[in-house]
Amino acid sequence: MTTTLDQAWTLSPSVALRPEPFGALAYHFGNRKLIFLRRHELVAVVRALGEHPDARSALVAAGVPQAHHHAYAMALAGLAARDVIRRRPDGGENL
Amino acid sequence: MDAAPAATETDVALCEDDLAEDDTADEDLTMEDLIEEVSIDGMCGVY
Amino acid sequence: MKLVEQFELGLDAPICLTWELTYACNLSCAHCLSSSGRRDPRELTTRQCEAVIDELQRMAVFYVNVGGGEPTVRSDFWHLLRYAVEHQVGVKFSTNGVRITPERARFLAATDYVDVQVSLDGATAEVNDYVRGPGSFDMAVRALENLRDAGFRDAKISVVCTRHNVGQLDDFQALADRFGATLRLTRLRPSGRGADVWDDLHLLPGQQRELYDWLLARGDRVLTGDSFFHLAGFGDALPGLNLCGAGRVVCLIDPVGDVYACPFAIADQFLAGNVLTDGGFQRVWRDSPLFAELRSPQTGGACASCGHYDSCRGGCMAAKFFTGLPLDGPDPECVMGHSEQALAAPRTLPGVSQDHSRAVSTRKQPVMLTLLTSRPAAPPVTACAGSPLAGFVPEATAP
Repeated sequence: MTTTLDQAWTLSPSVALRPEPFGALAYHFGNRKLIFLRRHELVAVVRALGEHPDARSALVAAGVPQAHHHAYAMALAGLAARDVIRRRPDGGENL
Repeated sequence: MDAAPAATETDVALCEDDLAEDDTADEDLTMEDLIEEVSIDGMCGVY
Repeated sequence: MKLVEQFELGLDAPICLTWELTYACNLSCAHCLSSSGRRDPRELTTRQCEAVIDELQRMAVFYVNVGGGEPTVRSDFWHLLRYAVEHQVGVKFSTNGVRITPERARFLAATDYVDVQVSLDGATAEVNDYVRGPGSFDMAVRALENLRDAGFRDAKISVVCTRHNVGQLDDFQALADRFGATLRLTRLRPSGRGADVWDDLHLLPGQQRELYDWLLARGDRVLTGDSFFHLAGFGDALPGLNLCGAGRVVCLIDPVGDVYACPFAIADQFLAGNVLTDGGFQRVWRDSPLFAELRSPQTGGACASCGHYDSCRGGCMAAKFFTGLPLDGPDPECVMGHSEQALAAPRTLPGVSQDHSRAVSTRKQPVMLTLLTSRPAAPPVTACAGSPLAGFVPEATAP
């Protein structure tokens, strides 16, 4: 799972992210998957992924405690599997 | 009453997460707590 | 809080919703949930429909299920379809296939964010046409063929499960496979004209079990629109939210702009407002007192003491309403049989508040309707009825 956090990601352009009191709804217009992001921190992370060199720095910037990083990595991998987030072409380089 | 202990970084993070009403201990946070998928056809009341 | 509990309290905007574009229809299906047939002269204009789409876009409603009546009989249907997808609102439309020519099928295959759902209620013409009318099976199959041949992928075949077709589930799956389509099975509700044929068409208890077992075994490839959450009392819940979405995550916009809690609940008691007279759809969704009531915590009423309530949630509000059962009691098809007594007792059925059925029999009428109308019964109330009390039935006090 550490590979997920070391990579550069971005929100897929086919996805609409709609804020909700409990987090957000993500709907993928292409594959029609509907995913609930159940924590505001996760929503903040997902929105900010494109601006960070890797997912881990996005977690840190959003204030996600270290002990939660593993679960967030799994969640990001789950989002990637559904094409909610995508690898950035410039991914992996140290800035 | 004892004075409250100084807030730690972890305490602050958990306090800010004010909509998570469960008492998830740090080690217990799972992927299911974070994302849940449902079929767009999976809600009653549409054709 | 569990996600389902969160949804029961309602969202700021629907996730998706049903939009019936017209009450006009070329068919007269015996069980039509919207009692369609004749166009209502107050139908929203093209411009009014565009305004609704603009609002749905602002609210980030992800997609609409367009139906009717038969939505494609509106001359502006194809324009509105394009308008919606160009404004970030996905569209799935429900059709009996009448306008799905090879040319239209090619247009659909080339258009993103559009899904097509063809209605079929029998895997054979004999079973299907009995409720949908002569030639309707062939028309649906032709549409599916045209879609497949044009390269449209993953159309839906939507089936209302009835006493007569529940034995054809494998055949429905074979039909779907033949057309590269996905099968969708949904529950028959006693709504619209469905109230008249409910006693004859609804699944018998053994058939409910048969359907439930089939869905558990094959359910991963079959959609259900979460319409069988009342069967959760049999055991494991079926896939879906297992939640009544009415007024919480979904609703209906009808052809004249009326907003109802759900398409199976077209009745004055479930009318939340009108997009034209109540300041637009968003205003109705957010401020309607009816929706506020539906979004308030439900206690379960008479079902609260049943161990299955957690999964079945007391069943379908519309099914209870149209069979004259109390809304805070068991579903008429409660799998534990908790409604048997109430169903056997005298009940007052609600009057029909919206009936756009064709007044005269046509040669296209399904055999079932012909048989029914030869029974002594009160004539359907039409929009032309003169008395303001036409169709009014005094009913027991609502909870």
